[in-house]
Amino acid sequence: MEALLALMIGLLTAAGVYLLLRARTFPVVLGLSLLSYAVNLFLFAMGRLQIGRPPIVTATAAGYTDPLPQALVLTAIVIGFAMTAFVIMLALKARAELGNDHVDGLHEPEVRDTDS
Amino acid sequence: MNLLLCVITPFLGAALVAAVARLGTWQAAAAAAGVTLAAGAWLAPLVGGTFQGTTLIERYTWMPREGLDLTFRLDGFGLLFALMILGIGLLVILYARWYFSPQDRLGRFYTGMMLFMGSMLGVVLSENLIQLLIFWELTSLSSFLLISYWQQRTEARQGARMALTVTGMGGLALLGGILLLGQITGSYDLSVVLAAGDQVRAHPLYLPTLLLILLGAFTKSAQFPFHFWLPNAMAAPTPVSAYLHSATMVKAGVFLLARLFPTLSGTPEWTWIVSLTGLTTLLIGAVFALFKHDLKGLLAYSTISHLGLITLLFGLGTPLAALAGVFHIINHATFKASLFMAAGIIDHETGTRDMRRINGMWGVMPYTATLAMVAAAAMAGVPLFNGFLSKEMFFTETLGTVAQLRFGWLLPLTAIVAGIFAVAYSLRFIHDVFFNGAPIDLPRTPHEPSRWMRLPVEVLVALCLLVGMLPALTVEPLLAIAARGVLQGPLPPHSIAIWHGFTPALWMSLIALTGGVLVYEGRRPLFALAARLEGRLEARRPYDWLVAGVFGVARWVTVRLDLASLQRMLFLFVLSALALGMAGFWSAPMPLTGAGPLLPFDPVSLLVALGLAACTASVVVLHRSRLIALILLGAVGLIVSLIFAKFSAPDLALTQLSVEVVTIVLLLLALYFLPQSTPAESSRPRQVRDLLLALAAGGGNAALAWAVLTRPAESIADWFLTHSLPGGGGANVVNVILVDFRGFDTLGEITVLALAGLGIYAMLDGLRLPAPAADAQGRAWDPDAHPLIMASLVRLLLPLALLVAVYILLRGHQLPGGGFIAGLVTAVALIMQYLANGVAWTRARLPANLHPLIAAGLLIATMTGLGSLALGYPFLTSSFVHFHWALVGDFELASAMAFDLGVYLVVVGATLLILIHLGLVHDLSRPPAEEPR
Repeated sequence: MEALLALMIGLLTAAGVYLLLRARTFPVVLGLSLLSYAVNLFLFAMGRLQIGRPPIVTATAAGYTDPLPQALVLTAIVIGFAMTAFVIMLALKARAELGNDHVDGLHEPEVRDTDS
Repeated sequence: MNLLLCVITPFLGAALVAAVARLGTWQAAAAAAGVTLAAGAWLAPLVGGTFQGTTLIERYTWMPREGLDLTFRLDGFGLLFALMILGIGLLVILYARWYFSPQDRLGRFYTGMMLFMGSMLGVVLSENLIQLLIFWELTSLSSFLLISYWQQRTEARQGARMALTVTGMGGLALLGGILLLGQITGSYDLSVVLAAGDQVRAHPLYLPTLLLILLGAFTKSAQFPFHFWLPNAMAAPTPVSAYLHSATMVKAGVFLLARLFPTLSGTPEWTWIVSLTGLTTLLIGAVFALFKHDLKGLLAYSTISHLGLITLLFGLGTPLAALAGVFHIINHATFKASLFMAAGIIDHETGTRDMRRINGMWGVMPYTATLAMVAAAAMAGVPLFNGFLSKEMFFTETLGTVAQLRFGWLLPLTAIVAGIFAVAYSLRFIHDVFFNGAPIDLPRTPHEPSRWMRLPVEVLVALCLLVGMLPALTVEPLLAIAARGVLQGPLPPHSIAIWHGFTPALWMSLIALTGGVLVYEGRRPLFALAARLEGRLEARRPYDWLVAGVFGVARWVTVRLDLASLQRMLFLFVLSALALGMAGFWSAPMPLTGAGPLLPFDPVSLLVALGLAACTASVVVLHRSRLIALILLGAVGLIVSLIFAKFSAPDLALTQLSVEVVTIVLLLLALYFLPQSTPAESSRPRQVRDLLLALAAGGGNAALAWAVLTRPAESIADWFLTHSLPGGGGANVVNVILVDFRGFDTLGEITVLALAGLGIYAMLDGLRLPAPAADAQGRAWDPDAHPLIMASLVRLLLPLALLVAVYILLRGHQLPGGGFIAGLVTAVALIMQYLANGVAWTRARLPANLHPLIAAGLLIATMTGLGSLALGYPFLTSSFVHFHWALVGDFELASAMAFDLGVYLVVVGATLLILIHLGLVHDLSRPPAEEPR
């Protein structure tokens, strides 16, 4: 099971990095989202994997998984949302001001306007 | 309590003054004066004890193990400085009311001055050295604001920047020195450091400690070769110069020398470095002052010279010299502040500060002229004025060292030369300005200034005279306790009197006076020589070179690193991250697989993993069709949430699920304004290159995750698990960590969230984007933007969804849930209304101003923390009670739940703020759709 999760983390990272290196803003935002999934899973995995042992204290529980990485990842997910929102707004603003959605902010009109 | 209040009052008062200043100039001045008096009032009850010789220490523990406490100290020396700061501050406040013209914003000046006053009081009343340094840096910062008061003037900005650079660098050196001192003595408490003099002086790190601390003191007190910032700071308004650059801030450096005198002095290193620096500064300042045609420039160089004199006295290292140094600090503050004020009056009345044009002012303003003459006489060291007394002590001390040092005779000789020039420039100040023929082409017609503008000068000049004539009755007690505070021991036998008989010091004074008159008489050839050397002997040259050099290096690095392409920069960034990660792997040769227990595979998990892999790969392959890629991204997010659920993280699963919904809605809204597909622009080699890098990064992460996952865990989890229920009153440990154990972190996180929301609001405000008329395939939009069935259904769902949100919020402390998740659920429920019914319809029915909501959330969360502070517990301490209600049953009510409510409100507010304003951009960018019924 650990191997599966490690593979998934690797796959999400690779996909995220590849999209991060694209030239247009939207794929970069997609890549950033994939990368944050990978990072969140990675952080979460630092507490090791347990099945059926949520960190909810009860009298009958056989054991608990590590709650600390979970607390960290929980806020990371929310902050990740704020970051994604900020980046996509920057992308909108950049397109409004520069007339295209290239990440390097080239001052030239869209090469191929796909809107119409 | 009083010392803390005394220091903090000006800081709080700064806000008050800024608010009151809107009412008018008089109100601003009155408020500033009131704040100053209030700060003094806190100090007043302690004065009696200080005069009896007690040292008051006030301690508020913060991190005692690290030696970081809020600690204040009041002894005679601190009291002397506090009195100067408050007393001269009060006079400057009155003076500034008349100095500034109506178009200057007085509120800003007084606010800056209050900040400076508080910082300066902090410096002189600190017992903890780190705390002293913080206030020290605050004086640099607030003086930057004050020097640059006339921001529209280039020289004001340059002067402020130079002062900040030089004193800031000095502050950095001082920090190093203080840290070393703390290492040597084991404490940052001044009492400990002062008592550990022998230990410090014998320590191998003594010399670096001394050098670093002296760098701090010398830059602040404008000692050679760092003196050049002070003349350039004269671009400040004159009240600032009178307050900062004569009486208080530049004295902070000599304050530090005096404060650490018992610890650091008494070694050859101290004597040589400090006295040589002082001597050089004394001479250079005095000589340069004579040749400055600018009234304030003359005073600035004279200040440098007098600071050099004080430094030299402390450098000599004898108790009597230290006493003379303290005495000269007092005298210089009184006569130099009054001279600056007089110079300000002349500037104010004539419109210029050029002494070649201002002549014959005696005929216009005889009263001001008299005051200025008295102060200048004190500066020159004429008998019967206070400057004479300390200067004579200074001459005596220089004579005392003749026998002790090689070339010792140089010391009194240089002192006499500097004395001669001091007399000459004082004479020039008087003769050139008030006599010497008629004024030349003045911008304004001068006359006597307002009665109130003169009053502060009168007070200071009266002090000069009183101290000068009746030293034993006036200054003696204060001087005695201050010097005792400096020496931390008994005072040497001394007598401050005008007449000691025909001592060698008196002869030196007489030589200086006569020589000064002669030099001034023969000034014309000297001035001609100075005009020819003008600009060659500028000490700021090296500074300019240094600054230009730093800028050059920065430009060189930037040009080489900045590729002007984010895409390429990002590639390099990932590549370097990868290289660093690889280096980590390589440097620690360990087996990749650890010895921990592993979980067995199961077919369902394998299936889910395959789904995730398929979706992720599809996002990459299909990323040019943006809408499809986005939908697949949503699927990836949902599977991630399943992974969290599988591995015992219900809270994370819920959070991921709700965040995913919000994110996809947000990206869909944004995609509307972006091209619907990505053009294929990257060349094949570039794609292969990126792919290889991506695979390497992914492989590295997978290997790292594998390496960790296969090793047994050592965690601090047990502590949280055991203390969650008894300590935090909650069974859901994740939630208890968030709102209780690590509540401070969460407070920071919701603040970031709120800021992101506000930042997006600012970016979107009024933004109009080209809206596409048709979708990606060229079909027109559906005219029925808000289908009736969906609109009705969503309206029905709203109360149910809100109920679920409240339930999740309330149970969060015990079961999976909490403020973050409940906030996201609420946001989703409300956003559904906007999507189904349109922004206009929903805004008319729901409160659309979300800023108060965010503010309320942050306020509630902060108040929960402050509440525990008020009850005497650390910030954000939680407490809980057990309840039993009929029907509801047993439950715990924790104060952390109020904190969670704050989290909830911020999450709802920030999420809605972002989405609604993006929705508004839609409405702005296209004609409003027809409203549904």
